[in-house]
Amino acid sequence: MAGVSLRDVRKSYGKTQVIHGVSMDIADGEFIVILGPSGCGKSTLLRMVAGLEVITAGEIAIGERVVNDLEPKDRDIAMVFQNYALYPHMSVYDNMAYGLRIRGMSKAEIDARVQKAAAILELEEFLGRKPRELSGGQRQRVAMGRAIVREPQVFLFDEPLSNLDAKLRVQMRGELQSLHRRLGTTSLFVTHDQVEAMTLAQRMIVMNAGRAEQIGAPLEVYAKPATTFVAGFIGSPPMNLIPKNGKLLGIRPEHLEPCSPADASITLEVDLIEPLGADTLVYGHFGDGDGARVAARLHASVDARAGKLPLRYDPAQVHWFDPQSGKRIEG
Amino acid sequence: MVENRPLLTVFSHVVLLAGVAAVAFPLYVTFVASSLPLEQIMSVPMPLVPGDQLLVNYNQVLTAGGTTGSKAPVSTMLFNSTVMALAIAIGKIAISIIASFAIVYFRFPLRNFFFWMIFVTLMLPVEVRIIPTFKVVSDLGMLNTYAGLTVPLIASATATFLFRQFFLTVPDELAEAARVDGAGPLRFFKDVLLPLSRTSIAALFVIQFIYGWNQYLWPLLITSEESMYTAVIGISRMLVGGDAANEWHLIMATAILALLPPALVVVLMQKWFVKGLVETEK
Repeated sequence: MAGVSLRDVRKSYGKTQVIHGVSMDIADGEFIVILGPSGCGKSTLLRMVAGLEVITAGEIAIGERVVNDLEPKDRDIAMVFQNYALYPHMSVYDNMAYGLRIRGMSKAEIDARVQKAAAILELEEFLGRKPRELSGGQRQRVAMGRAIVREPQVFLFDEPLSNLDAKLRVQMRGELQSLHRRLGTTSLFVTHDQVEAMTLAQRMIVMNAGRAEQIGAPLEVYAKPATTFVAGFIGSPPMNLIPKNGKLLGIRPEHLEPCSPADASITLEVDLIEPLGADTLVYGHFGDGDGARVAARLHASVDARAGKLPLRYDPAQVHWFDPQSGKRIEG
Repeated sequence: MVENRPLLTVFSHVVLLAGVAAVAFPLYVTFVASSLPLEQIMSVPMPLVPGDQLLVNYNQVLTAGGTTGSKAPVSTMLFNSTVMALAIAIGKIAISIIASFAIVYFRFPLRNFFFWMIFVTLMLPVEVRIIPTFKVVSDLGMLNTYAGLTVPLIASATATFLFRQFFLTVPDELAEAARVDGAGPLRFFKDVLLPLSRTSIAALFVIQFIYGWNQYLWPLLITSEESMYTAVIGISRMLVGGDAANEWHLIMATAILALLPPALVVVLMQKWFVKGLVETEK
């Protein structure tokens, strides 16, 4: 196994630059999630690691080896695609064995590896079936099996869960986690889903428009967003950003609590209430009339009504951002 | 259309039966004529029940051929037709599948230009370029050869276009997965693309086999020896002139024989053929 380092990696299509220099050192065995909205370059970055996209500038090393000019097959990686990309005419067994056969591995060795992977993924009874005879979750597991049998240095996942329904996604998320614990292989996982990112990542890269906005452990990113983009992207509903004294005040919805009008830090003009059971989301305009939308997560016992709602927050939970650069202001 | 309207039902059945009769009756007459002696065919009206000369007539055309006009045995013609239809069908599929593979999966200079060049030739059927093609084939000394019969008809814009459209529907990730798995382009072609194209290949084979079998103008031009006649040409060569001079019983028997192989191909490959036209197994 090996770590991965990205050194000022850039990508351009003609004159358009889409990745503006990403640098990161990924430790051996780490689970890294690349998170961002569509079109932020997260898949491109992963595909550059895989060798499916040419690296315009910068360097990618897997282990000690710079892989910029290596074919995907020589990089010792395995990739799981969003639509699984299983060979439709091959059985599950052959799908997993194909890459090994090409490498000229002996039949016995291939069989041993496929059986082992099938056992880990509980696919033994499906080995003879074609992909079209499997459900979405089973196909997903076959795609992972195809990656596992190669015993690569690095796993690359390109939004592998986004084609599954919500329930299955939660289940597969768990399976991915336990798989990673078990195999301990360095993994890069691309997603636009912040819940996947928060639950799976040891560290995550939040990307926006081809730049890494923040790299850090999920809770650290949540607790200390480096930019207004990260603050607005992570958390549901996202962090409230309220202009105050020429700066932007950031406060998470769950850090707002109802209080008496005398103690109010802000007074909300509530116009939308979403009871979720465990808690209730209220949305409204910020009372001062400058139009900033504010969301608050209140305990379900609070009787929320449309109209004026006085709220307060603990100053320790407040974040400050520079309105021009969007960067966090410490202190 | 699920209403119960008896008159409409009757009407539609009448139309359908008329349609069937229009198609089937000439075939039936051909069959009947092929089982009669010549004198009975020439009598007016011609009998509409099969006669007793079936085996005699078929035996004669298969082994000896006619006595007036073309004298080649029909078995030779059928063999020639089969060779021609198979060579055209297989050749067309082989060439066009490789051409579309190149056009879809490789980036090379002027790729689109070449695709459009191929596409434009769709507008140029054999008949349009038949004189220059004849000159080329004749200069190459390929008159009265199987090569002359088939090679000029093998290049196929239609098949190339169809395969290109099919390849475009194969997800890119499949090619990328194969690349990650370590399969080179040819390996990917052989192991993934070709098996996925099976049904398309079958459908094209049926179409192209019939196309090759039914070729008329081209074999008419370049075959002058009876041993190289195809079945379609053979029939026309057996017609020598006036109505009475033709051996209609033998011509009809030949027609029925010429009809069987394409019909057989369609019937045997029908399942694949339909699959190839409708299925999207990806």
